[in-house]
Amino acid sequence: MDKSINSKKFHLNKTTRSNLITYGMVIAAYIIVQILVNGGHVTSLMKGLLVPLCIYSIMAVSLNLTVGILGELSLGHAGFMCVGAFSSSLFSLLMLETIPNAGIRFFLAILVGAASAAVAGIIVGIPVLRLRGDYLAIVTLAFGEIIKNVVNVIYLGKDSRGLHISLKNATELNLEEGGQIIINGAMGITGTPKNATFTIGVILILITLFIVLNLINSRSGRAIMSVRDNRIAAESIGINITKYKLMAFAISASLAGVAGVLYSHNLSSLTATQKNFGYNQSIMILVFVVLGGIGNIRGSIISAVILTLLPELLRGFNTYRMLIYAIVLIVMMIFNWAPALIDFRKRHSLKRYFSKNTEEKEAS
Amino acid sequence: MALLEIKNLGISFGGLRAVDNFSITIEKGQLYGLIGPNGAGKTTMFNLLTGVYKPSSGSIMLDGENITGKKNVEINRAGIARTFQNIRLFKDLTVLDNVKAGLHNGYPYGTVTGILRLPKYFKVEKEMTEKAIELLKVFDLDKEKDHLASNLPYGKQRKLEIARALATNPKLLLLDEPAAGMNPNETAELMDTIRFVRDNFDVSILLIEHDMKLVSGICEKLTVLNFGQVLTQGDTADVLNDPEVIKAYLGE
Repeated sequence: MDKSINSKKFHLNKTTRSNLITYGMVIAAYIIVQILVNGGHVTSLMKGLLVPLCIYSIMAVSLNLTVGILGELSLGHAGFMCVGAFSSSLFSLLMLETIPNAGIRFFLAILVGAASAAVAGIIVGIPVLRLRGDYLAIVTLAFGEIIKNVVNVIYLGKDSRGLHISLKNATELNLEEGGQIIINGAMGITGTPKNATFTIGVILILITLFIVLNLINSRSGRAIMSVRDNRIAAESIGINITKYKLMAFAISASLAGVAGVLYSHNLSSLTATQKNFGYNQSIMILVFVVLGGIGNIRGSIISAVILTLLPELLRGFNTYRMLIYAIVLIVMMIFNWAPALIDFRKRHSLKRYFSKNTEEKEAS
Repeated sequence: MALLEIKNLGISFGGLRAVDNFSITIEKGQLYGLIGPNGAGKTTMFNLLTGVYKPSSGSIMLDGENITGKKNVEINRAGIARTFQNIRLFKDLTVLDNVKAGLHNGYPYGTVTGILRLPKYFKVEKEMTEKAIELLKVFDLDKEKDHLASNLPYGKQRKLEIARALATNPKLLLLDEPAAGMNPNETAELMDTIRFVRDNFDVSILLIEHDMKLVSGICEKLTVLNFGQVLTQGDTADVLNDPEVIKAYLGE
């Protein structure tokens, strides 16, 4: 009897505690990395990976909101990242002289990237989320491919007469002497200010976590998860399922847009290619989510970090690199999902030892 | 004035007339039973009433409001809540969260309030939790509030569904075979609970049930459906002694 009361107390703060662990984990990782960087223990190759780590963590959390919390499959998440990257880069370049303060300009660029990706999410979501079944997967897959190709044919330039746009080539823009081409078709955008730093990336991860975790543990989050668990029952208790599906998807898309802003402001030249915004990228992020645990936000970040670092760490193995990578994927899959191992982890988890201790303390 | 008035309700699926010319009147606070052999159209009736299907003919009036052909979300807001024959809980949410999902429309606050954790969030969430626990206590589920709904034993899952439906503060509660799969003790307990709910929640109850002990024990009035049509309706004792009803159930 006594035990059950204690375990109930333990349960009560379980989500809050778990969320705090997640925030703490990110902050601790940040501090450790900063110490290592300042001590000169980090190679320049690794330093170059710090911002991408933040980008992929945000992408994984964002996709987990769609896959794990909303229960819909998105196969074109990199497409939303692409929208965020290009819109924010465009904004930063246009405002380069108007807003000289880099901090304010980058902050606004983040908002622009998030907003335009959210709009893209809503446009895709309005028709598709009304349907039942796997239509979202099909449509997002197409969206990801289409947006990449659309971006590749846009030519946009600026001169004293204003903005010029063309879908054919740069000469069609008819720019004046001294005019500047901002988006140059398949050559993309060059000269985006490099505002993205590891610190900003970590802050954005924390904000992403704050939004997603707080959403999950609120009235709207419950509504979203109830739609995921049983659509008919959710309707029967008066939950407007289209509204909540669209809300979750738009938030997820806008966070992917934020990751895109980090991406574009980390490179001097931004192009939309198969490699960065293509199908493979979307699937890779889905792999992060699945291996980290569907619906498990903390797991998404951990697996995004491990799986982004791993190929680089394994460079020494040369030919066997991808082989080892594949084995790690398989082992992670088994470790996370095999029933026998889940049991084993439960029996030997730290949490269990902690709860035992508190029970003993309270009993005495 | 009657709480629920259905007149000449009907629906066809292709050439099949699943429910035809169905009329029923339920008074405030009544415990009404809907019985009939398998395939008679009882659950179809519930689906018509809750807006899952749109009726092809007839009208439904709830408390003076015409709700014919409205969507299920609107009908729930108008005051009809239901449970399902095959249990439909939010299986990956806790017992408490299942009921809080039911309180969704009764305790509103915006998404932004929730994300930014404004003071209103804490206030409304606290009220919600208190109300949900109060409901769970009625069904003796408060000790399991932090369990996942899918981990509850069958009988308790049925009770949780009723609690969730009641959380939407309905005027009319539809129970689709609440005693299915329960043993006689659980059924007896359920009968007490249903009576308690009717007496304390200011709600009328329409239930589908095959367990005649439960039907004759708590229902004040009965309607018997057979092949989509009303065979007979009236006071429980009269209906159950009707030779037509016995024939429909047992054959000639």
